[in-house]
Amino acid sequence: MALQEQTLPLPGVAPQASTSLRPDHVLVAEMVEPGSRVLDVGCGDGDLLQLLESRGIDGRGIELSREGVNHCVAKGLAVVQGDADTDLVNYADDAFDYVILSQTLQATRQPKAVLENLLRIGHRAIVSFPNFGFWKMRLQLLVGGHMPRTENLPATWYDTPNIHFCTIKDFVQLCDEIHVKMERAVALDLYGRPVPLNLPWWVWNMFGEQGVFLLSRGGKGR
Amino acid sequence: MTKVQSIKSPSIQGEDRAHEADHPSSPVAKFGMDQPLKLDCGIDLAPFQIAYQTYGELNAERSNAILVCHALTGDQHVNNLHPVTGKPGWWETMVGPGRPLDPSKYFIICSNVLGGCMGSTGPASLSPATGKVWGLDFPNITIPDMVRAQAMLIDRLGIETLFSVVGGSMGGMQAVQWAAAYPERVFSTLAIACSTRHSAQNIAFHELGRQAVMADPDWRGGRYVDQGTHPHRGLAVARMAAHITYLSDAALHRKFGRRMQDRELPTFSFDADFQVESYLRYQGSSFVERFDANSYLYLTRAMDYFDIAADHNGVLAKAFRGIKTRFCVVSFTSDWLFPTSEARALVHALNASSARVSFAEIETDKGHDAFLLDVPEFFDISRAFLQSAGKARGLGDAGVV
Repeated sequence: MALQEQTLPLPGVAPQASTSLRPDHVLVAEMVEPGSRVLDVGCGDGDLLQLLESRGIDGRGIELSREGVNHCVAKGLAVVQGDADTDLVNYADDAFDYVILSQTLQATRQPKAVLENLLRIGHRAIVSFPNFGFWKMRLQLLVGGHMPRTENLPATWYDTPNIHFCTIKDFVQLCDEIHVKMERAVALDLYGRPVPLNLPWWVWNMFGEQGVFLLSRGGKGR
Repeated sequence: MTKVQSIKSPSIQGEDRAHEADHPSSPVAKFGMDQPLKLDCGIDLAPFQIAYQTYGELNAERSNAILVCHALTGDQHVNNLHPVTGKPGWWETMVGPGRPLDPSKYFIICSNVLGGCMGSTGPASLSPATGKVWGLDFPNITIPDMVRAQAMLIDRLGIETLFSVVGGSMGGMQAVQWAAAYPERVFSTLAIACSTRHSAQNIAFHELGRQAVMADPDWRGGRYVDQGTHPHRGLAVARMAAHITYLSDAALHRKFGRRMQDRELPTFSFDADFQVESYLRYQGSSFVERFDANSYLYLTRAMDYFDIAADHNGVLAKAFRGIKTRFCVVSFTSDWLFPTSEARALVHALNASSARVSFAEIETDKGHDAFLLDVPEFFDISRAFLQSAGKARGLGDAGVV
């Protein structure tokens, strides 16, 4: 897997401003070329969309929760209430330059179909998700014997919206299976810092708290 | 019928109403024989006139005009005392100083729809051919016809592009039709509690209302003005039935429950024992004082015929292909006349066309009428949508309140 160098802090985002922004949002925003058209699937309160629009990007959003949508619309963002599992089919092919799925993949019912739709609607997709192979997760299951809970994923097994957890390794396998090309991959540690690139792949899967992937069509098949 | 005493006969205001139909208190744009309105039914309507009100000032760039489209029984009197009823404007919650549509920022236009009875040409107007009231000789009109007439008014006012077209219910239908018919002339659209096609259930309710009007012996085959009558009982019943559809079960229960009207015990008669009955009778009788029965028939019919997809080979998205207009679509959870599913169909079509669209469903028990009432979340969303569109339009401090 080819990985490209990436630098932080990012051009166009002041360092002091970036401290109050989520590191994964900053990383995603940096992957998007200025002037692009972007669809943010599962945009929550619209923080990422606002960051993107502040950088001259034409952003749209879909959000499942009514409260989230209404917050976004009240901020002047172009967001509609919708469900990633059912509503992406309504979007035209190639409608966007990028489709972003930020911390939402694990909450979808059909992650594979969603991923395929992302790359049908957008020329590129940016997907970030919590890595279930992170060492803290493994340790909780191995030693504690219970389903892992972390600062970022505090829900218990019986009330979590996250129904399809995966590891970075699992995700890479899925991308290969559906012929998705990974243009860039970054693993962020517990503090939002990128895991050094020169470390072997299994280290990423162990020490990456989340993975952020820039994807395009036409990857290698099986 | 004798037991329905509570539906009052119209007062002298009926004469005011008849006068307003041809000689409104509002400014009027008159279009002569050389500027016919091409109607969907194939008839060229000429001459005709459109009555309208404006609020605020058009800026030097002519870029801050907002067209407000009124609902079925609304009119152009958005934010001033009504010339017939003397009541405040119908959308003072939305339009006015400090409101989302602020006349200090925007030039706000509202015209009486074609087919209406408050000064725009309709069945209550005098036909130039006969010198008598048009009545049922007036051609059947559609929502696109109304919009075409509005576009001629906007031309007359020297406005090339509207900053926004805003409307709820039938007004929302017009707002969406504006964007579909004149995408280059509409910078943004705020479509509230509406749909792109009238549902079978809604057509059914309209048919009920029309039959109530036509069953009234005073309707006289539509020639009631010539014969000095007005089918106020039939029209009141139509309004009562329609009014129920504008509310919700929860709102009716909250407002009235099973409470009695000025009495402790049932009278064992068909008098208005319940508050809800008294309320409906009041709604019916006050409506007939300001509205023309034939106009009600024509406008309900226009809504029934509305189906944007049908004009585009059944594919709604085709109506909005490549559209640059920014949309905000709003629905209300308890609206069963234009439920959220209808709004969602519009949003899906706009998504398929890659249009810039916001869609919010507001939680309220106030039913369809919520768009006319004090619903702060709805105002916040409307204000923010217009502000962000204003920024994109380069309106400076537009919308900053």
